[in-house]
Amino acid sequence: MTSIDLPRGHAVRLGLERLSRIIGIDPRLLGMLLVLVVIWLALNIATGGTFLSARNLFNLSLQVAVVGVMATGMVLVIVSRNIDLSIGSVLGFVGVFGALMQTEWLGLGHGYTWWVTSLLMLLLGTVIGAGQGAIVAYGGVPSFIVTLGGLLFFRNAAFQINLGATVAPLDETFQLLGGGLNGTIGAFWSWICGGLAIVAIAVSSILIRRKRQRFGFAVRPLPMEIVGIVLWSALVLVFVAVMNAYPQPKTNEPMGIAIPVLILIGVTLIMTIVARRTGFGRYVYAIGGNPESAELAGISVKFTIVKVFALMGLLAGIASIIITARLNAGASVTGTLTELNVIAAAVIGGTSLAGGIGTIYGAVLGAVFMQSLENGMVLLGVPTPLQKMVIAVVLVAAVWIDRVYQRSRT
Amino acid sequence: MSATQAQTPLVELRRISKTFGGVHALEDVDVDIYPGEVVALLGHNGAGKSTLIKVLSGVHPPDHGEIRVFGNPVRIESTREAKALGIETIYQNLALAENLDAVANLFLGRERYTRFGFLDEETMEHETRRMLDRMKLRLPSLRTEVSRLSGGQRQAIAIGRAVYFDAKILIMDEPTAALGPEETAKVGELVRELKAEGIGIFLISHDIHDVFDLADRITVLSHGRVVGTVRTSDVSKDDVLSMIILGRMPTR
Repeated sequence: MTSIDLPRGHAVRLGLERLSRIIGIDPRLLGMLLVLVVIWLALNIATGGTFLSARNLFNLSLQVAVVGVMATGMVLVIVSRNIDLSIGSVLGFVGVFGALMQTEWLGLGHGYTWWVTSLLMLLLGTVIGAGQGAIVAYGGVPSFIVTLGGLLFFRNAAFQINLGATVAPLDETFQLLGGGLNGTIGAFWSWICGGLAIVAIAVSSILIRRKRQRFGFAVRPLPMEIVGIVLWSALVLVFVAVMNAYPQPKTNEPMGIAIPVLILIGVTLIMTIVARRTGFGRYVYAIGGNPESAELAGISVKFTIVKVFALMGLLAGIASIIITARLNAGASVTGTLTELNVIAAAVIGGTSLAGGIGTIYGAVLGAVFMQSLENGMVLLGVPTPLQKMVIAVVLVAAVWIDRVYQRSRT
Repeated sequence: MSATQAQTPLVELRRISKTFGGVHALEDVDVDIYPGEVVALLGHNGAGKSTLIKVLSGVHPPDHGEIRVFGNPVRIESTREAKALGIETIYQNLALAENLDAVANLFLGRERYTRFGFLDEETMEHETRRMLDRMKLRLPSLRTEVSRLSGGQRQAIAIGRAVYFDAKILIMDEPTAALGPEETAKVGELVRELKAEGIGIFLISHDIHDVFDLADRITVLSHGRVVGTVRTSDVSKDDVLSMIILGRMPTR
């Protein structure tokens, strides 16, 4: 989703690249942001102002959390030339397990119930991911097959462990992790988070700039650097202000940022660092680019693949906590077909199925994009089958447009 | 180069054998190389050149035989172990990750980290720049994907990656196959510089002119066996060609 395929696509591209240099962000990211803004404005007009209301944006942020968290992991899976079809089923299985853990094994209302359950859910997700990854890497079975098996196995395992009965209600503290009426941090802490984010943006910009100067590398002119920091900070402030503009229906207190959204933001930051600034991340991209050269460079390709799937499983565990807490129930059908939304988000966000190419922020934006469309169409009363048909067309169109854009670069 | 013969060889391969599914890829192969020497490995496709360099670079450990580095017997079971011994390989297909930039490719598998355990991109970029300056090579940008660079530029990265990390023994598999005349000349220049620094270079090339230009000795392989090793100054190109084609030493 980077460019609009006009006859003058070339001019559009050059304009984008110039603008992106001024603000100091990737042209691709900028293009996606612009397309998103256009769609948001269009949906807002179509819904008579409901779409961009604080209440709807708050709901949208919650809807993005589950798919967004998993999309960050799917990027690395696809970059490493694999696929994970099992995550929707793993989401459901881990959810039923977590619900049973609270109601049957630990008991509701203890101080430790929520965090012991959460840790075990994360562990279960990670172990499932690592197991599938090991079969892919060491067993040599294509990931499509292994995770297709995983999809069938865990969806039915989710049914089998409680014979299809939904487990509810859940621990009250645990429920906060899903957002909802009490699962937000309120106005005060939202502003604190926003403030910290701005400090972090400024400090990291200055640190990177200093380091580059110390090595004698080119840096952007100082005014542009400041414009960049101000723009990002403004974005943070607008986000916090919108989240605080939605009052809780009962108490009329501002809601603030929902906990799942904080989790998504944290996951996005950490995964970006993992992808860009760790040896593991570098190896994942190297494997995706050329597995043979990675092997010759002394990288343990197989173990890296296991780690990629383990990480995907961990993120499915996080997403499972969020959705199980939000639904306040462990149901065996939870997360059905979610894997397709996650893959679509990653692909719309510019991840190449050929491997080697993809960004974390792109996948999260892809998730925002997809959920925005779905949310908007629900507001407009579009029937569900029609919604899915539109999403399908958008998915194909997005990748098509991206292809055209990439070809125009070379 | 006769003076160097008195020294210990950088690498000695003695009676190396390697079998793949009953087929002898290498049989009792003896090869050695001295500091500052270029040894060309010649032979038909399937003569065993590739297998020999893969034995030395740790991709295929040998079934039998002995490898000595600086006179010490060693076992090389992986590419990592070969690199730790100072044996670097430039593969024919360059083995670059096309989607990564020059800096990432140069340091692939040997990344520099900050004290917090994260990739130290600035240091790596700085060192990449210094290395390319030393090799008198210019890249439009260190931060564009390698896939968008020219053949010569990619070759520069592949060579830079091999020599940067204190290589003692360099294996070059068809280093000029994909290059134009100007770039080929540059590679030749570089080989001479590396020689002067005392690095031993195994050169595999189909270009007999290149070989006579650069190599001190030539080892000819045929059907997994060494036909013979000759000094370049002692033989003619026809002699070498007949060794390759007939599989025996020239009679005179």
